Amino acid sequence: MSERLFEMIIWFVAALSFVLIGTLIFDIGRLGTSGLSFDFLTQLPVNSGRAGGILPILTSTLIVLCITLTFTVPLGIACSLWLSEFVERKNAAAQLAKIGLDALAGVPSIVMGLFGHVFFSQFLGFGFSLLSGGLTLSCMALPIFIKTTVEGLTALDSDWRRQAAALGLSKTTLVWNVLLPASSPAIAAGLILALGRATAESAALIFTSGYVDRMPESVFDSGRVLSVHIYDLAMNVTGGDKAAYATALTLTALILLINVFVIWVSEKWLKGGALNL
Amino acid sequence: MFKLSSFFRLNLDLFWGRLFGILTAVVACLVGLILFFLVRESLPVFHELSWKDVFSKSEWYPMSGHFGMAGMVFATVAVAWGALLAATPFGIGCAVFMVFLAPRSLMIAMKMILAIGAGIPSVVFGLWGLTVLVPWIAEHQPPGASLLASIFILGLMILPTVALTSYSALLSLPSSLRQASLALGIGIKGHVLSVALPAAKNGLVAGMILALARAAGETMAVLMVSGNIAAFPSSIFDPVRTLTANIALEMSYATGQHRAALFASGLLLAICVLVMVVFAHFFQRHRIHE
Amino acid sequence: MNALETSVLTDGGFTHLYESREHLTHLSVRSLKITYQKKAVLDDVSMDFFRGCITTLIGPSGCGKSSFLSALNRLSNLTPTCGVTGEIELDGKNILADKFSQRELSQKIGMVFQKPNPFPLTIHRNLDLPLKEHGMSCRERRNQKIEAVLREVGLWEEVHDRLHTPALHLSGGQQQRLCIARALVLEPEVLLMDEPCSALDPISSRVVEELIRSLRGRLTVIIVTHNLAQARRIGDFSAFFWTHERVGRLIEFGPTKVIFDSPLHELTKAYVTGISG
Repeated sequence: MSERLFEMIIWFVAALSFVLIGTLIFDIGRLGTSGLSFDFLTQLPVNSGRAGGILPILTSTLIVLCITLTFTVPLGIACSLWLSEFVERKNAAAQLAKIGLDALAGVPSIVMGLFGHVFFSQFLGFGFSLLSGGLTLSCMALPIFIKTTVEGLTALDSDWRRQAAALGLSKTTLVWNVLLPASSPAIAAGLILALGRATAESAALIFTSGYVDRMPESVFDSGRVLSVHIYDLAMNVTGGDKAAYATALTLTALILLINVFVIWVSEKWLKGGALNL
Repeated sequence: MFKLSSFFRLNLDLFWGRLFGILTAVVACLVGLILFFLVRESLPVFHELSWKDVFSKSEWYPMSGHFGMAGMVFATVAVAWGALLAATPFGIGCAVFMVFLAPRSLMIAMKMILAIGAGIPSVVFGLWGLTVLVPWIAEHQPPGASLLASIFILGLMILPTVALTSYSALLSLPSSLRQASLALGIGIKGHVLSVALPAAKNGLVAGMILALARAAGETMAVLMVSGNIAAFPSSIFDPVRTLTANIALEMSYATGQHRAALFASGLLLAICVLVMVVFAHFFQRHRIHE
Repeated sequence: MNALETSVLTDGGFTHLYESREHLTHLSVRSLKITYQKKAVLDDVSMDFFRGCITTLIGPSGCGKSSFLSALNRLSNLTPTCGVTGEIELDGKNILADKFSQRELSQKIGMVFQKPNPFPLTIHRNLDLPLKEHGMSCRERRNQKIEAVLREVGLWEEVHDRLHTPALHLSGGQQQRLCIARALVLEPEVLLMDEPCSALDPISSRVVEELIRSLRGRLTVIIVTHNLAQARRIGDFSAFFWTHERVGRLIEFGPTKVIFDSPLHELTKAYVTGISG
């Protein structure tokens, strides 16, 4: 095989991948825009979603995401700080915890759904509810978030830690005032990955937050998220394709929006010279 | 002029350390909790289940006590490995292209499209497969929803992940390697095949294991394009049903032994994937130690 | 603040101080041994540092000077594999004993690192944080102190109108002077400096050197440097370290003039004249 042929094969493989993924993105855009409108985002679904809009579904999605965020960020930051600042790297407990987190990240979403169903909905008695769904998603988002945050913290200049010790700053001060703000880009990246995964999730939510497409009235209400709506429209509702694509575009746009928002917030945080504790 | 508040401050450190440690322990133990509940829920069926039948028969009639999962286990393995085998050459090809061949603008475009692709929800891949790919296959070889369609959609889904992890594995190689090859007059082909890829091997393999785990655990995308028939497929154009799809399809109405059997299949799946993940964990660690 | 100023002896003072007080020992080290993973890197070091004098530590790379420096304020405790035995007495009190808290020590002994390492905060907060941490709760007093210390390092004119901008936007030399200011803000008695000029351009390096010189008489300065000319220019006393069988040892200690012009030891002579090292 000559040099030239090898290069041609690589170009071909890359071009084909580019075209395939590009086609998919293009199709979502093309088929989605035809059904997307302001009304679509602000109306109730009619006729199982064939007509009308997705307002309750969008609302449920945002509530579930907020619940996920509420549990993932504080818990995730606590775990990351413990792993990177409060124990030695070779500590056996920390190693074990890391394996546990890796394993948690690998649990298939449908299995997570089974667990959420049994544990949150039945054992803890939350029933089919946005809360159960949000908690289940937290279990999936946490290991991703922690992994990225720990990497960000370990990548920081270790001189700061020595300097803080030389100045007699407590670990608490160092962490809150220096390390966390400095690693905010990594935290943002972790948040984007984790939230992206959570927003895209459908299998784990079918048995936890449920199918109901009414407007949720509290976190203990059942509610349908965007991805479950897409699934339902595509599989169970004949003639729902157009609405399904419009929802798919909304969902993809939502994920992109979350990315932009998180990056914006983290830059604000960094510029503002950190938390004032 | 300085008050000694050290006692209080140091205790604050101790307090946070303890608290964070406990929280980490809780989160790390979640995986144990998951396994515990899966086992608990599948216990009722354990004494009735003959594992030999489960893996050798394809009759899945849980209402009448037939728990043959061979067809579904095969479908799960075939779909995951098929997707990985299909995606790997393309993924690594894209990575090699970006690192060694692409002009800057194309490299950025490629990276962007891969990043967007990696962020698209699996259910959207499923939707596209259902409305574009399946009808297209059906034109040539009905029914369309099939093992092939599942492999194609899952392969496309993990392609960006494989490409991006391979890309970072290749990028993390020291640039001196490339300079050494250049100095020896080795071309791109020789460098890629005999220097770069072998050197980045562990990173590539770790990325592939994670992609395989993701493919094996995927539910919705497969569910939408696989046809969902629990029998053993006789060709690549036959419809199949994976373990994950099975759970998603039947869980909402399953009771008693049927429900327990579904949990047992979930447990089986979880254990397989966990083994892969822990394996990948050690693979990555060894890379650092080498 | 006033306490500091009154302690400064006038008339360009050092010689006066030196001769009239017969070099008061401020920090004394007795048979100090430093190990990493049980292997000795520095052994059997005994020497005195005199109040108000600048002592330069010279010697080839890897002879344990930096380890020695970080043992003096117990910063070596941060490295779990590092062990320090022997005695280090600050005004007659052994600082290696547990009774001496890290916080108390960090107030009495300041440290400046090789690479300028301001925290990723504003200039003001870099100085404010240690003050707050050490219990100065009155904002007015903190601000006065910050202004005073910035004037002391000659930064006030340059930065007084942008105190609330990120410290990392300063030039390298300014950053290092800020770090010195941060070390001085706690009013330490001893200042440890680990090659404070080696990461700076020649002009900034000169400015920092002048600054160090200006500290003479008020603080006991201990400075590691690879720049022999600098060691000669700024030192009152010099200590020469050399590696013998992979273990760093103190070869010779005395007035800088003696070490550079008429050393007793052959190794010292070879090193300071540039024959070896």
